[in-house]
Amino acid sequence: MKICVLVKSVPEAGVTKRINPSTGRLERGGETRDNPFDTHAIEAAMQLKEGGELQVDEIVAVTMGPEAAAKALRKAVSLGADRSIHLSDEALAGSDVNGTGYALARVLATESPDLVLLGQQSDDGECYTIGAVVADHLQMPSLTQVIKIDVEGGALRCERQAEYGYDTVSIPLPAVISVGDAINEPRYPSLKAIMGAKKKPLETKSAADAGIEADRVGYDHARAHCAEFAEPPAKAAGQIIEDEDTSETVEKIVAWLDERKLLA
Amino acid sequence: MNFDLPDDHELIRRTVRDFAEQEVAPVAEELDRTKAFPYAIVKQLGELGLMGIPFPEEYGGAGADSLAYAIAVEELTRVDSSVAITLCAHTSLGTQPIYLFGSEEQKAEWLPKLTSGEVLGAFGLTEPEAGSDAGNVRTRASLNEDGWTINGAKQFITNAGTDISGVVCITARTGEDEISNLIVPNGTPGYFQGEPYRKMGWNASDTRPLTFEDCVVPEENLLGPRGAGFKQFLHVLDIGRIGVAAMGVGLAQGALDQALAYAKERRAFGKPISKFQAIQAKLADMATEIEAARLLVYKAARLKDQGRNFTLTAAQAKLKTGRLAVRCAEEAVQIHGGYGYIEEYPVCRMYRDAKILTIGEGTDEVQQMVIARALGA
Repeated sequence: MKICVLVKSVPEAGVTKRINPSTGRLERGGETRDNPFDTHAIEAAMQLKEGGELQVDEIVAVTMGPEAAAKALRKAVSLGADRSIHLSDEALAGSDVNGTGYALARVLATESPDLVLLGQQSDDGECYTIGAVVADHLQMPSLTQVIKIDVEGGALRCERQAEYGYDTVSIPLPAVISVGDAINEPRYPSLKAIMGAKKKPLETKSAADAGIEADRVGYDHARAHCAEFAEPPAKAAGQIIEDEDTSETVEKIVAWLDERKLLA
Repeated sequence: MNFDLPDDHELIRRTVRDFAEQEVAPVAEELDRTKAFPYAIVKQLGELGLMGIPFPEEYGGAGADSLAYAIAVEELTRVDSSVAITLCAHTSLGTQPIYLFGSEEQKAEWLPKLTSGEVLGAFGLTEPEAGSDAGNVRTRASLNEDGWTINGAKQFITNAGTDISGVVCITARTGEDEISNLIVPNGTPGYFQGEPYRKMGWNASDTRPLTFEDCVVPEENLLGPRGAGFKQFLHVLDIGRIGVAAMGVGLAQGALDQALAYAKERRAFGKPISKFQAIQAKLADMATEIEAARLLVYKAARLKDQGRNFTLTAAQAKLKTGRLAVRCAEEAVQIHGGYGYIEEYPVCRMYRDAKILTIGEGTDEVQQMVIARALGA
């Protein structure tokens, strides 16, 4: 079987993120790294391959983005992916979640994967939704925020993080699964693997190569546009209660919480 | 001209940074406080191929270049100097001489064990009365039918006395006006590792005096031609300076990281201290000097990788970065105020770790000698 893993290059976490006011888009010129959640997706793919319960013949890393985005692919192949595909086209710039999901699904369709894995969220957009959009276009079942995958015959038995506790769900293949960071401890790529990564095939595709319809992608065709950005509102000053008499202090705190209906 | 690093090097930086932040940072304070050698971390470094970065794959190395090595050392030092110097001394000083000057048999015997990190390598040059003035070496080795009989003492030697130390290359007088390098495996009778020094910093690294008392090694443990020792170690020190210079940049950057994060958190007079001009000037100066120093280190590494003469640039890089590390560590402590004087904050350790960078691998004054000589002064 074949596993495709979606990866993304994102701004380095320590770098202050800025929105360019004229384009309304995140500035990506600074230092970048591979999206940490995607590293968990690659590790999950490697563990399925090494676990031996499924016959995984190939792991393919896929990304969409400008030239520099290929760095995320280099990391993915150094961690064990066999080859990679870089979807890169000026026409794709500024695509919203819908357009991005569609474009990635077009590339994935040409690969006919048995399983698509990805991180549940990206460190920059944090939209959590690409997996579901991709699944919809591929007409595959989808699970999000998965923190455990077990092989169960030809299907996968997954634990999915829910608001209270976990959902245990069986999902047939092919499927699209987005994973949380609790799923595994990703390995580090060895230096030899990093040096060897450039020997693994990297295919660059344009939108036309992938059969992407031009009027469904890019900024102009995005269905959602950000109209305005604002700083988060400053926090109102808190109320400090001096602890002179503890039972009185507790009463004051309980009353404060009760007033705001914060006590069940 | 292009200042972007190749993708390989970026990924190496990213990997070592992640490793340093996730595996080294959480234990760095404890290792320093307990002066415990970081065995577990060295094992992981070996598994990741970081104990043999610039050596060819045929000898078990990663097949990367000096630039990759400098970047890895920089990123480790950004978090912890003891771990970094362990890797640095092992690579530049312990493994390098065998790789550069060893016979095929010597390389086959030692390099796979060294580059995998299975054993640590050390380099024994410094003596009570000889360091950069290595012509003054007193340790003697005389050749007879049993091999080389070594008598003498070395000091300030890194990596020679751990549980996984495997070998030391030492300089010894093998004739009246003749210095040669010899390979001495740990466990050779007559080769003793003294008690660890009580150092100002680099607490989790292994540094000891060594003594040789009628220590006999086979004749074939001579490294390269007899009498070539002087030239050999000068070359080894040139290379070693790139590594130590990378440590200087890394430490300075680590100090800036800590100072910036603290200055943004710490409030005084109603606002973060990072908003005060006096603090901003310190941060801006540190960042600017670090960027300049980093370019100098990378240039030295690039010159070496291109097979060009790098003696001058490596000495300049070492001089610049050692001073910078001391200054940035001091400024970082200053920005932390009283907290900077408390060991729970990494800048306190960095302040102690920095000073050796103006001394080890040739003092600043020796670098100035090397630089002035290259200028024709």
